[in-house]
Amino acid sequence: MDKASGDRVAPAADETPRLTRAIDGRLLGGVAAGLARHLGVDPVVVRLAFMALSVGGIGIAVYVALFFFVPTEEAEREDDPAARAADGRRKGRDISQLVAYVGLAAGLGFLFLLFGGVFDPLLWFVVFGTLGAVILWQQANPGQRDEWMTSTVGRGKGLMRAGAGVLLVVVGVIGFLVFQEQLQNARAGLTFAFTLLAGVALIVAPWIVGLVRERDAERRERIRNAERAELAAHIHDSVLHTLTLIQRRAEDPREVQRLARVQERALRSWLYQRPADAETTVSPALERVAAEVEEEHGIPIEVVCVGDCPVDDGLHAMLRSAREAMVNASKYAGTDTISVFGEVEPEEVLVFVRDRGAGFDLDAIPEDRMGVRGSILGRMDRHGGSARIRTAPGEGTEVQLRMPRIPQM
Amino acid sequence: MGRVRGVGDDSSTTFSDGGGVPRVVIVDDHRLFRSGVRGELGDAVDVVGEAGDVDSAVQVIERAQPDLVLLDVHLPGGGGVEVLRRVLARNPQIRFLALSVSDAAEDVIGVVRGGARGYVTKTISGRELADAIVRVADGDAVFSPRLAGFVLDAFSATDAPPVDPELDRLTQREREVLRHIARGYAYKEVAKELFISVKTVETHVSSVLRKLQLSNRHELSRWATARRLV
Repeated sequence: MDKASGDRVAPAADETPRLTRAIDGRLLGGVAAGLARHLGVDPVVVRLAFMALSVGGIGIAVYVALFFFVPTEEAEREDDPAARAADGRRKGRDISQLVAYVGLAAGLGFLFLLFGGVFDPLLWFVVFGTLGAVILWQQANPGQRDEWMTSTVGRGKGLMRAGAGVLLVVVGVIGFLVFQEQLQNARAGLTFAFTLLAGVALIVAPWIVGLVRERDAERRERIRNAERAELAAHIHDSVLHTLTLIQRRAEDPREVQRLARVQERALRSWLYQRPADAETTVSPALERVAAEVEEEHGIPIEVVCVGDCPVDDGLHAMLRSAREAMVNASKYAGTDTISVFGEVEPEEVLVFVRDRGAGFDLDAIPEDRMGVRGSILGRMDRHGGSARIRTAPGEGTEVQLRMPRIPQM
Repeated sequence: MGRVRGVGDDSSTTFSDGGGVPRVVIVDDHRLFRSGVRGELGDAVDVVGEAGDVDSAVQVIERAQPDLVLLDVHLPGGGGVEVLRRVLARNPQIRFLALSVSDAAEDVIGVVRGGARGYVTKTISGRELADAIVRVADGDAVFSPRLAGFVLDAFSATDAPPVDPELDRLTQREREVLRHIARGYAYKEVAKELFISVKTVETHVSSVLRKLQLSNRHELSRWATARRLV
């Protein structure tokens, strides 16, 4: 039962949630689930606590009082369909868990009737034995076992649990026998049983090891197949699609080139990009900007980036300026390739946008041309950076952008 | 189509001796790409052999004894690095220029550490490729902007103190040169920009290449071993 409700803990909120009666994941009145959410503990703990308190009757009283005085949780998740969908399977009451608690309560009651109190050591040995058995049975649950086996840490934990389970069962059984004064009689039987068990273990162990190995191999194969399927799907979705488009547009070389470049970029980023946060650091952001401009204007842009850092306001402005510079180069330079180089240094970030195209006379640009003055020079100035444009007719153009870095907290 | 001369019929003069165009072997597993490169290079080089996998590449190269090998990074049978290892062991005078579509740092760094004297991407134009071939055949190093970027990246991370300061650090001038190459400057333009001669630029780049091949910097080893190269 531990496992069944392990994933029922309310989503970790930043502050303590208000005490409400839960609708999601309730078993009876939602008191225990709500309280657990409020306290930030597993509902199972609260439920067991209620059960223990109920021995003296207090638990029941508290439960009833809470049931009447605590409001039910508002249906505030109504407007969040995603969260609802995710929680869909947790809706309503989990009958099997309810049955487990009822069974537990009945069992406890039966034990008390049988042994007449909490202090009879016999009771405790029975409890030990049962606890150990439960742990061992849990190990046998395939889903749980898989979870434990996936990491080495988990494996160690699994072994520890199994060890604890075996220990508890042994203590429980032997203790029970000792207190029943049956141990003397049972010794011969025990020896026999242990010998038999050892023999069986010897016979079965290799077979079990083989099974485990086989299962590991199977799992690896499964993962490999999944990867292969993903690759196939990706190639099908993007590459084949593009190839079809290219065949259809064969008479338009510009479009063919554009399609090929777009696909190349997509494939490259899929194959080689380290899974960095695509939008939050300079290097991928610069590459994305270049890809957009390239797609719009059809001139290949080669981006090289050294170092990386998070994008702040100033760097955001810098990226927009770089974009403007790339657009200008694409439109006016008349060249077949543009180089972009970004470098993140400890104190500043530099971006160079360079073409070997027509170039122009900087002084001859009319004041009202917003492109260069407003979008590049002005924007960099406003954000505390600087821009320099080096160009002359026939010599190509290089826009140099420089933005100081704000020290990270 | 370029010319393929009979194997070994002109081995008396080599390019380094001033005997005309460099003799080149093209190693790439895509036949279409090989013939494309050969067509683009035209008369600028003399293609004396082709190969499509590691074993045949080693054979062809040892037989033809070219000035330079155009080497694809990804090859069936162990990759370009395997060709470098086997050929350079017996023929250290043969020069390699790596050519690849790959953008992965470990590929680029790996093949350069394996002994290639340069790295260019397959999108390079025919004219630029011919320039690069002549340069490498002459004994210089050729860095594409991307390789320059990777090298700057690898040498800039200053987390660990260098084991060997001479090999593990770039000089200010070398960094300056690499930065310009990364910005898309040709050697001639770099020279003009930094008020130095083209020869000096070449010296700096060759020195960076040497550091790249010999340094044990953590980043370099990591990139190289990521694919169990070197």
